[in-house]
Amino acid sequence: MFRDARLIAAKDLRIELRSKVTAGQVLPFALLLLVLFAFGLDPDGPTLAAATPGLFWVGVLFVTVLAVERTFSIEGGDGVRDALRLAGLEPGGIFLGKWFALAVQLAVVELVMLGGVVLLYDRELHGIGLLLASSLAATCGIAAAGTLYGVLAAGLRVRETLLPFLLLPVLAPVLIAATRAFESALDGVPSDGWPWFNLLAVFALVYIGIGILTFGSLLEES
Amino acid sequence: MTTPQVPTAPDGTGSPATRVLGIVALAAMALLVYLAFVATPRDATQGDLVRLLYLHPGLAWTAYLACGIATAASIQHLRKRTIGSDLLAHSSVEIGAVMTALTLVTGSVWGRPTWGVWWVWDARLTSTAVLLLLLLGYLALHRIDAPPEVRSRRSAVVGLLLVPNVILVHQSVQWWRTLHQEPTLARRDFDFGASDLMMFTMIYGFVALSLVFSWLLVQRFRVGWLEHQVEEAWLDEAITERRAEALGAEVER
Repeated sequence: MFRDARLIAAKDLRIELRSKVTAGQVLPFALLLLVLFAFGLDPDGPTLAAATPGLFWVGVLFVTVLAVERTFSIEGGDGVRDALRLAGLEPGGIFLGKWFALAVQLAVVELVMLGGVVLLYDRELHGIGLLLASSLAATCGIAAAGTLYGVLAAGLRVRETLLPFLLLPVLAPVLIAATRAFESALDGVPSDGWPWFNLLAVFALVYIGIGILTFGSLLEES
Repeated sequence: MTTPQVPTAPDGTGSPATRVLGIVALAAMALLVYLAFVATPRDATQGDLVRLLYLHPGLAWTAYLACGIATAASIQHLRKRTIGSDLLAHSSVEIGAVMTALTLVTGSVWGRPTWGVWWVWDARLTSTAVLLLLLLGYLALHRIDAPPEVRSRRSAVVGLLLVPNVILVHQSVQWWRTLHQEPTLARRDFDFGASDLMMFTMIYGFVALSLVFSWLLVQRFRVGWLEHQVEEAWLDEAITERRAEALGAEVER
């Protein structure tokens, strides 16, 4: 299973390195969001500073929708999905591979966005341990849910409108938990944020588990 | 052309058993209305508003029951791939969505005079709202334009995730609200100790609404089953027609 996962992840990341869709389109979109939020909320007043953790994670969720779309559109054409199935890879491995590639791309986008927050919103980063740990857990959870719901919407004519509708309510716990963890790290006492990290970790584990178990029945169709 | 064989297609949604269930559910609701509006007194602090609370918790209960049934049926569908389990999950989600919406509406109507606002970001309210969105998502996925077995299987995965999602959402919202402020509902909850009849009516509301829910579920399931038969019959008919056309063309040649 892990060998298959490595193959799939390497394939997806190689395609990304060569096509640079995430780097060229999704990443600038993430930065655009940060600028738009500053336009919408007065950047000189206290509103933007207070809302930064929430805006950051809302931004990540929007980016996730685009990244998930992209990660399943690579297999959209020329019967690539059938080819994947015929290649004899384990479905759980395919899930883990797509999950890992998506998580890596999201993590890169988050790092750049965090840089944007430091530069554009003039924030100093405190509680680095909590920031990194909660980001990592949140990214794992978001990527797992994204991979699962992405394959549910893949190949449908209505996928662009269906995917956010299915995925975003499911990610509500991640948004709440990650935002609170960031608030504790940036403005409060970091030790208050660790229970939120636990919730994020549980979310990630639940989704990775269900993903590995159910991916097979989603692939064998159509 | 031969007419396609539709095995054991019922000509309606009713059977003797469901009719009895329907009558019992109707009588139970009539009794609930009587208890809620005539037999029980006004509440000392809430006045007539208390009468909404005979309906509201029962509605919420059926909504959660619907989620449980949908998840169980979806797991069954993923294991055995039967049509019945998919129909059961779909029927359950559809009725669950109606019950969830009614829960939110009755809660709002109650909250406006009690709290002075239509909506508060209370843990229970918020998680119920997210639950409604999750159920609507399932329904949106179930009506996509795809082959029935693809549709059923994808819906079943979303159905399987319903209960875990409800738990995760509820837990996160609960922490979110309780870490930031004291729970507002607990303090304003009123005391039922005053009247045993009021207590009984509230619990009886659960029973009456469960009966209504079961009746609706059976009816919706049977409608779904009839729809499925029609789809199958239409497909068989189309295949027979094409086959007849092909044979006719060969004869002409």
